[in-house]
Amino acid sequence: MAAILEAHRITKRFGGLVAVNDVDFFIEEGAIASLIGPNGAGKTTFFNMVAGLFRPTSGSMRFRNREIGGLQPHQIARLGVGRTFQNIRLFGTMSAIDNVLVGMHSRLRASPLAAILRTPGQRAEEARAHGRAIELLGLVGLEERREEWARNLPYGDQRRLELARALASDPTLLLLDEPTAGMNPQEKTSLMRLVERVRAQLHLTILIIEHDMKVVMGISDRVTVLDHGQKIAEGTPYEVQHDTHVIEAYLGRAAVTPRANGSA
Amino acid sequence: MESLSGRPSTPGEALRNAFLTTFFVFLVAYPALDRQLHLGAMGSMNPILIYVILALGLNIVVGFAGLLDLGYAAFFAIGGYTAAFLTSPASPLPFRADFWLALVAAWAVAALFGLILGAPTLRLRGDYLAIVTLAFGEIVPRVFLNLEGLTRGSRGMSPVGRPHLPWIDFTANGPAVEQKELFATDQVLWYYLIFLIGALSIFIIVRLRDSRLGRAWMAMREDEIAAASSGIDLVQTKLAAFALGASFSGFAGSLFASMLQFIDPFQFQFDISIMVLSMIILGGIGNIWGVVFGGVLMGSFNLILTDRATGWLHGLGGAIGLPFLQQADLASSKFLIYGLALVLMMTLRPEGIFPSRQRQAELHAGQPAEAPTAVEAS
Repeated sequence: MAAILEAHRITKRFGGLVAVNDVDFFIEEGAIASLIGPNGAGKTTFFNMVAGLFRPTSGSMRFRNREIGGLQPHQIARLGVGRTFQNIRLFGTMSAIDNVLVGMHSRLRASPLAAILRTPGQRAEEARAHGRAIELLGLVGLEERREEWARNLPYGDQRRLELARALASDPTLLLLDEPTAGMNPQEKTSLMRLVERVRAQLHLTILIIEHDMKVVMGISDRVTVLDHGQKIAEGTPYEVQHDTHVIEAYLGRAAVTPRANGSA
Repeated sequence: MESLSGRPSTPGEALRNAFLTTFFVFLVAYPALDRQLHLGAMGSMNPILIYVILALGLNIVVGFAGLLDLGYAAFFAIGGYTAAFLTSPASPLPFRADFWLALVAAWAVAALFGLILGAPTLRLRGDYLAIVTLAFGEIVPRVFLNLEGLTRGSRGMSPVGRPHLPWIDFTANGPAVEQKELFATDQVLWYYLIFLIGALSIFIIVRLRDSRLGRAWMAMREDEIAAASSGIDLVQTKLAAFALGASFSGFAGSLFASMLQFIDPFQFQFDISIMVLSMIILGGIGNIWGVVFGGVLMGSFNLILTDRATGWLHGLGGAIGLPFLQQADLASSKFLIYGLALVLMMTLRPEGIFPSRQRQAELHAGQPAEAPTAVEAS
């Protein structure tokens, strides 16, 4: 299968700090890929380069064979990359359905003039958008709460709403930044099921950043491990789990070579 | 009147709707009331309504898009001078246009200057944006003051073209007068003209608010990064807010110049920007009907009450025999009272009289509105 996202020797420096160092990466179309690593490993920085919030210092970032390295976030969103945030970033004082409608922004065409005149075309487009938004809210189980403000929703529902908003732009690649952070095991399972269902229904490719190993291993086709900005391992969940570099990065050297220094 | 929020209304909202409907009826009937009760305030009500149109425009920039603009009077000036340039005999232009054409032109020119101001401030937010807009508000009247060859500087431009109303019969004013234009003395007609243009502005603004663009403005106000990641072009959306926000001050400016038949740079000082900003804060930032109410209230206070209060106070002093009340002059302490009222208002009801649901939630959640950080685009 063809790669939908391809990073080649991508590097991001913040002053003297190299957050992402010379990383090669790709995702095949239709796959669920995960990016894992300890805190500060560069996962979110990598993500933000894909989404256009950071411009790579060097290297190339290609999405569907198109260089997206220097593009603005809204341009990348329009090309078909949807995302959620590690710390939920909803439009707090807008209703759930308005949040989803904002997500649809790049798929709507009506001009301000058409909106003032309420042309038949604009009305039809708005009606279609509302219908689609309700559909998406139904998909994540928030249909009943569509008029509620995003900020008034319970935490788990906020995560779901963010997912619905990201889906509203009809993405082909969905970026999920720690989608289960702060959830209990039950909520995690149900959210990951939702992600799988969504992928199947909408034919998505998904890239997940995750801390929770159980979540990652259960769902991913392929796992990439970053540590200190470098890619240290890549492969199937099984391969990665048994990679000595990975165990070292997560648990320290002693866990890999317990007798090397003769400690008890 | 449409439902204020477009949602099923609670008892509180029903009360609010009832109040605002009453207020609307009051505005429609005001000229008759004024005449019946001998209030003699028509001369002040007309500029008040013009300031309300200004407040509606500023509400797009500050209330919807969350961009603090302290120099909004600049666009008011640009609108007024555009009308004067196009219609006044004192204008250096080789032709004279009709008032109605000038009204539309002022709308467009103000929008254009909204873009011109907007462009260099795109990367600024909050305090920084406020400073730049403040400077713009100072520069524009000064330019009009100093371009004496074009604007006649401090002498101002007069007269300004009047609205032509061929379909209204003026012979009622007396058989000798066969006027087809609106004079400053036709206060009631002016009132309804301004009222209609205000209503048109509200119509346009409500539809914009409920559109794709309106949602983008509010999303941007709430969180720029999330908005950009949802496909919203921040540059375009901000420029649209500046341009459309400014455009309504073009209406206000040309009405103002034509009604007063005179325009000079001193009509557009900093205090106008602040008064209009206070109007929307008082009424409830983001809420269109609240802004109208706040505008009328603040305007009445500023233009009617402070002038009359002195007389009332003298009367009261005479009645109860307190000589110091008889000598008090409130006109000189107008701004003191105005300031006190604002401080009081902000302490007691910071979200404004008719807050938008957004502001109310923000201010009563016990936490300040989250200030989204600027998008890093290094």
